[in-house]
Amino acid sequence: MTGLGAIDLGSWGATLAIAAMALVTYLCRIAGVVVMSRVRLTPRVERGLRALPGSIILATILPVVIDNGFAAIAALAVTILTMALIRFDLAALGVGLGSLSLLRALGL
Amino acid sequence: MSASRPSFSASGLRHGARLTLPALPGFIMFAVAFGTAAAQKGLSLGQAMGMSAFVYAGASQMVGLEIWQAVWSPGTILTFMTVTAVVNARMILLGATLQPWLRHEPTARTALNLFLLTEAGWLLSTRYHNEGGRDVGVLLGTAITFYGVWLLATLTGYFAGALVPEPRRFGLDLVMPIFFGVMLVPMWKGARPALPWLIAGLVSLLVHALVPGYVFIIAGAVAGGVAGMLIE
Repeated sequence: MTGLGAIDLGSWGATLAIAAMALVTYLCRIAGVVVMSRVRLTPRVERGLRALPGSIILATILPVVIDNGFAAIAALAVTILTMALIRFDLAALGVGLGSLSLLRALGL
Repeated sequence: MSASRPSFSASGLRHGARLTLPALPGFIMFAVAFGTAAAQKGLSLGQAMGMSAFVYAGASQMVGLEIWQAVWSPGTILTFMTVTAVVNARMILLGATLQPWLRHEPTARTALNLFLLTEAGWLLSTRYHNEGGRDVGVLLGTAITFYGVWLLATLTGYFAGALVPEPRRFGLDLVMPIFFGVMLVPMWKGARPALPWLIAGLVSLLVHALVPGYVFIIAGAVAGGVAGMLIE
């Protein structure tokens, strides 16, 4: 029964986490309009915000990929190369996942 | 100058919906990738759909999956919120550029428009606005269409991900990093604007090696943002 209690707490926690995430996201969405009707964003802040998306991607995927070993690193490289060459995201995703499963099947 | 005053019409809504067509494949793929990854991470259908419906911000949803916990504490929820704030801070910029257009709008409609704000919808609507269009219905039309498609595609991806028996064999456990790799390429605007990315990556690796948990995402992203501010 204590196990059941823990499960209930867990799913309640997940709901809270999603609610918290939704709240923070909505604040980000309205902040620009609310702030702009009072002050202007400085070019410096704007540059910082522009640098964020690419920074987030690298900060998120590099440790994950390196932790997953050679096959993951190689598959990520193949994905980026494919996308740079053909510029078709669906195909690049397919090639990336395909090369990952191939490398793993080969035991790499 | 009544012609330049913002307006709102049903034909604007329809026009906005049509504008989304070229962007839909990419949008669908993102949501399917999220749904698949969510199923792989062990989220319930309600949790995956809840994220898509209430958070509705793809990049933060993907990063959120990466730091998803089986058991939550106030501490992990706080980390989760901070990571979300960092990932979605770029939306401040989107809202700021829309502010002049939305100045005379009723607050409730603006609140809805901003809840549904996405990069894709912003891009299409801003193009329309730059061409002289002022109908806010177009903004909402793109937003509603993207939102509906996002939910349907999440659902599809979730079931696809839940049905695959051996996800690792198909590389599905790493959908998130592979998909982010794909997204990175069109962002490339030369080596100089990418310098903050490099700094973000290095800081993230360093923090990951030294500090347990998911602080590395925040540290890396913030380092990249600061680098962007400092590099002229």
